[in-house]
Amino acid sequence: MLQLDHLALRQDDFTLTADWSVDAGQRVAVIGPSGAGKSTLLAAIAGFLAPANGKILWLGQDLAGVPPGERPVTILFQDQNLFPHLTVAQNLGLGLRPDLRLSPADQARIDAAVQRTGLAGLGPRRPAQLSGGQASRAALARALLRARPILLLDEPFAALGPALRAEMLALVREVADETGALVLMVTHDPADALALGGQTVFVADAVAHPPVETLALFDAPPPALRAYLGPK
Amino acid sequence: MASGAGALTLATPTPPGARRLPTPLWGGAGGGGALAACLAVILLALVLAPLAAVALRGTGLSLGPADWAAVRFTVTQAALSSLIATVLAIPVARALARRRFFGRGVLVTLMGAPFLLPAVVAVLGLLAVFGRSGLLNRVLEALGLPTISIFGLGGVLVAHVFLNLPLAVRMILQGWLSIPAERVRLAQSLGFGPAETLRHLEWPMLREVLPGVALVILVICLTSFAVVLTLGGGPAATTIELAIYQAVRFDFDLARAAGLAGVQVVICALAALAAWKVVRPAGFGAGLDRQVAFTAPGGWRKLVDGAAITAATLFLILPLLAVALRGVPGLADLPPSVLPAALRSMVVALTSAAVTTVAALLLALAVARRPSALIEGAATLPLATSGLVLGTGLFLIVQPYTPPMTVALPVTILVNTALTLPFLYRILLPQARALQADYGRLSDSLGLQGWARARWLVLPRLAQPLGFGAGIAAALSMGDLGAIALFAGDQQATLPLVIQQLTGAYRLEAAASASLILVTLSFALFWACDAGGRRAAA
Repeated sequence: MLQLDHLALRQDDFTLTADWSVDAGQRVAVIGPSGAGKSTLLAAIAGFLAPANGKILWLGQDLAGVPPGERPVTILFQDQNLFPHLTVAQNLGLGLRPDLRLSPADQARIDAAVQRTGLAGLGPRRPAQLSGGQASRAALARALLRARPILLLDEPFAALGPALRAEMLALVREVADETGALVLMVTHDPADALALGGQTVFVADAVAHPPVETLALFDAPPPALRAYLGPK
Repeated sequence: MASGAGALTLATPTPPGARRLPTPLWGGAGGGGALAACLAVILLALVLAPLAAVALRGTGLSLGPADWAAVRFTVTQAALSSLIATVLAIPVARALARRRFFGRGVLVTLMGAPFLLPAVVAVLGLLAVFGRSGLLNRVLEALGLPTISIFGLGGVLVAHVFLNLPLAVRMILQGWLSIPAERVRLAQSLGFGPAETLRHLEWPMLREVLPGVALVILVICLTSFAVVLTLGGGPAATTIELAIYQAVRFDFDLARAAGLAGVQVVICALAALAAWKVVRPAGFGAGLDRQVAFTAPGGWRKLVDGAAITAATLFLILPLLAVALRGVPGLADLPPSVLPAALRSMVVALTSAAVTTVAALLLALAVARRPSALIEGAATLPLATSGLVLGTGLFLIVQPYTPPMTVALPVTILVNTALTLPFLYRILLPQARALQADYGRLSDSLGLQGWARARWLVLPRLAQPLGFGAGIAAALSMGDLGAIALFAGDQQATLPLVIQQLTGAYRLEAAASASLILVTLSFALFWACDAGGRRAAA
């Protein structure tokens, strides 16, 4: 269980509070206007921002002071998810061993992840030779290899068209199923939240509200969410 | 060393990707941050210990009239050198900015070279052109005109203009190229002639750029040593650096040397501080090929531009050509001191370049990760010193324990490292910042730390600036004549020192041959490092 215990995040004069928990393996969309603090919330869970107050706990253990690489977390950023000077296979290898001293068994796992995400034959390529969708697949393939229990998605598919985005969401669901990971996905688009299934956290007015079943939330949106969604 | 102020001009503009990120919360730097802090403390000690030695020995000392004459001459020659080089650079930069001609690109590239040219070689070339029996005087004699002397203030000024004019041209050219194309187009649509263009576009740019250019050259000339050692001297043309050298080498008056060094530090620190505040970072390489959208005016203005470019080119090329022509015949019959000295210089250059590059990289990475006043200070402090100042301090420190001669080369390596570090730090910092902004979080989230981070992230991404920086450090260190002059005997002389001695003894052919070797080695080292970096760059 991921628990945000009286959490307060501060960046310059901006504050965000959250006080709720979510079960392991759950799928949660994080929705809200831009600048509301969705990315800030993910950055704190990933270990890039220390809470000004309160705690972030995973399975009851306080994550304060745990460096990002050692957290039970994989995060996909909006961009720069791959190192452009390394091949796709090497980028994936970093998910297994950051020093890239890969055993034959590791190599086999990388090959399998490449196949699994529809990147067969692209292992030796550099990221610049990939399309946007392929690059997203490669980042997800690494998440599959890392198999951390929390998968944070900070709008990594924002630059993709609707069809590709739907494909990526399907792949996210598959990866989450295979690794059993708790997914927290930032998005602007209610359709993404519905496609992900599960629950939704609405972030607005300096508060990340507790997760609610997505369908129920959109059926009867609270006023702030209604204002965000606009007239139907 | 060409002094620290040049470091200001070497900084490359921050790449567009370098967003400001909040300081990482966890001590992720871990070992790296602690290592960089240790390095910064060592560097501070390396600079402050000699300064402390100088202060202890020099306080309470009253400088004599000759010393104050040296102080006055130092400031006067530096101010005049800076003024002349800056003023002369304006028409050349303007001509380069608005004309297109065959060889323009080569000329702009060549303008970057004198920065790496050893001052002893420049002096030798100027002697060949402006010296007693040089080209100019032979022409004057043939015309029945009185001859000129290159020694004294005039010669020092010519040499400083020769060494710094290209730097000034490149900095001012950068200013011209930075005038937005939109504004130029607006001016054209309003029908501006050359006079209006000057008043509304060029003069505002110059007013912004010129103070920085003049200050950088001022700082460089304040600490110039090799030039004054050969072309200056005597009561009328002795700088503080030269007076320090004479106090140590000839009078063995260490207290006076320390007093002079103290004055030099104050002057340099003030000038460096002023330069630091005023100078905008100007690119060292990128983008100077672009041509301004100005319509190049015809008529007499075309002639003036042509004359400016021709005169500058001749002024810069003739002395070097003279060294080459004079030096080639003697290559087969070099004085026996040259080759061992060349070997020593290579060892000094490679060692100090390696140490400086690694140190500057660690400091830049640490600061990119989390700002640190300690590290910033340590990487900037050497700008307030000079080779002779640090040399004097180290001389005072080692002299009670061992004959200074025995540690000449290690001391030279230390001093060169301290003096080139600000350059490299300024080259690497924007790159390190961009690296941190683009890939810092990704690397942290993947647990890419320590050697793995260096191997898979830092070295491949920064190979190019690292190679370039190492090349600069190696070439500067190779050609430097500073601290070594205080310490070395015949058995420790580096190649620039041997060349200076040969020049001083009027063995100009042998000096020219040795210069050819020095220049070849300097540029070969620069080229090898730079090309290596480019090749390794991913």
